[in-house]
Amino acid sequence: MTAVPDIEFRGVTKRYGAVTAVTGIDLAVPPSAFVALLGPSGCGKTTCLRMIGGFEQPSEGQVLIRGRDMAGTPPYRRPVNMVFQQYALFPHLDVEANVSYGLRQARPRLSSQEIGRRAGEAVEMVRLAGYGGRKIHELSGGQQQRVALARALVNKPAVLLLDEPLAALDKKLRTDMQIELQNLQREIGITFVLVTHDQEEALSMSDFVCVMNGGRIVQLGQPSEIYDEPADLFVADFVGKTNLLSGKVAGHTGDLVNVALADGTVIAARKRTALQKGESVSVSLRPESLSLGATEGSPFKGIVRNRIFLGSTAEYAIEVQGIGTLLAKADHVIGHSNLFKPGEPVAIGFASGTPLAFPEIKNNGTNQRVAKNVEIIS
Amino acid sequence: MKRKTGGPMSAGLGAVFMRGNRFRHNFLTALLLAPATAWLVVFLVLPFIAIAVFSVGERAPEGGYQAAFTLAQYANLPARATAFWNTMMLAPVGALACLLVAYPVAYYLALKAPQRWRLILLALVVIPFWTSLLMRTYAWMYILGGRGIPALLAFIGIEDVRLINTPGAVLLGIVYGYLPLMILPIYVSLERLDRRLLEASADLGATPLSTFLGVTLKLSLPGVMTGFSLVMILLLGEYLIPTLLGGGKVFFIGNALVDLFLQSRNWPFGSAIAITLVAVSVVVLIAANRISTRVSGTRRVDLI
Repeated sequence: MTAVPDIEFRGVTKRYGAVTAVTGIDLAVPPSAFVALLGPSGCGKTTCLRMIGGFEQPSEGQVLIRGRDMAGTPPYRRPVNMVFQQYALFPHLDVEANVSYGLRQARPRLSSQEIGRRAGEAVEMVRLAGYGGRKIHELSGGQQQRVALARALVNKPAVLLLDEPLAALDKKLRTDMQIELQNLQREIGITFVLVTHDQEEALSMSDFVCVMNGGRIVQLGQPSEIYDEPADLFVADFVGKTNLLSGKVAGHTGDLVNVALADGTVIAARKRTALQKGESVSVSLRPESLSLGATEGSPFKGIVRNRIFLGSTAEYAIEVQGIGTLLAKADHVIGHSNLFKPGEPVAIGFASGTPLAFPEIKNNGTNQRVAKNVEIIS
Repeated sequence: MKRKTGGPMSAGLGAVFMRGNRFRHNFLTALLLAPATAWLVVFLVLPFIAIAVFSVGERAPEGGYQAAFTLAQYANLPARATAFWNTMMLAPVGALACLLVAYPVAYYLALKAPQRWRLILLALVVIPFWTSLLMRTYAWMYILGGRGIPALLAFIGIEDVRLINTPGAVLLGIVYGYLPLMILPIYVSLERLDRRLLEASADLGATPLSTFLGVTLKLSLPGVMTGFSLVMILLLGEYLIPTLLGGGKVFFIGNALVDLFLQSRNWPFGSAIAITLVAVSVVVLIAANRISTRVSGTRRVDLI
């Protein structure tokens, strides 16, 4: 028995004149999930969100909310609410009036006691008690963000839509809000759909990440899946940092493919699709999968060019003859000065995981591979 | 206990430079403001003072002004009560009629008109200003007069329609003449309106009508009040349109002023009426400002 998805896209395509924003989106979001739509700007993620909100109508296909087709249903009749980019708070109303705005639209009308009580609860939930009489422009960015959240949650929507909610906040506040949003979602137990271009934000907050590119869904999965097992070169490159080395397929050993790199080194890599011998490929090596100073079985030798010390870890840019610059990441243990200095020669080995080889993307354009019938099974 | 001498010294030096800078800055500001200030002093402040002085004086036997200090002119204001009453009716009603016509136009221009047509349509609103109001009002005299629309109506069998020299004709002339002044400030405030606020309102369950009443209208109120007070103040001194389209049968303050200054040459009484008119205008402006501040939360009333 599968539960009715909170949000469902069935073959949704959206065109603006001659421009196609999204193509053939199939997606089912289970109840009470925190889903992130992740992608570069122009990938169609915001269009998808706006189609859920009812601000755009799909050119083809259906958008369903809790099993109900939303075609022709205007935004004000949909059981979803949105936290807008830059919040879009009403400047002529104070905090209290902003939060209670949605309650005052309810028909039949709610009593003023009911409105006051529920608005008060919402304000308290986002820890803004005592700020009810403030004007919007008197609040800090973080406080405005909380007002926007309270305003969107006060109507008890089936789904909360968040359009780049943390983009306007500084880094420290952003991290705090990430935790707070996660807690909030668990507490009230409704589905959150987050749109972001920040892969860190998507990975850290959500239960599922839906990576989009060129108007299509490229990969759907749990954050660790997306990071560890990227579906293609785009995802590997877009999510997290990685080293991409070009080479040619030299042969196969079991499930693995042997790739000859530019300097002649041959490394074994896993693959996603069948690869022909002689085919140009890119091999993705995560910085943390590289180990430094290993002596035996080290495929590369290089010279440390830069050291970026980050506290718990240190990142190194290492120049390898014939390959280019590799980024490697090493844990730092307090008190052990195991750091390498710029200019120091260093051997590079594989610490964990096997590299992944992807067919080279031609003409540097958008990825045309289509992931069919993507569905989250929870 | 050694004192560092470098600090205070350099601070003192800095202050000297600062003072020099500030002096130059002030001088430049004064230079830039001088022409406008001189103009306003000579053509606005001095005449206003003269009028204020005249208003407490007496009419010379041969007409004009004779020095005195009396409030008799103000006490005499009820003699022109009808003109005041007519003006006080015409100005708000005219401004309101103007507003009712202008708001939908401004709304269309700012929110509905296609982007590439917007500038052209806006220009069309302003273009009538290129011809003098006198000419355009004369044109209306002809259109509304016996050989204009009434003649056309007679042609299709509706006889004896009187349009010219009626209050309706005056109202029509006013709306026509002052429409751009009402449209532009409303357009500006609607154009500046953040569209996402309208989406947010819809998202929170507001129907288009309640979004309009709760967000659009309230946030465009500064523009509405600017347009309203602009038109109303101009209407308080309006003379031309009632004379030409109303047949001069209804007496307004503007007519009273022309009569007192040019015909009966009772300058002090005319001055007293003018001062009262200015006082009324100031009250209107303050009230409009208060209303828009209270409702939309902004203090700014932009004069276009």
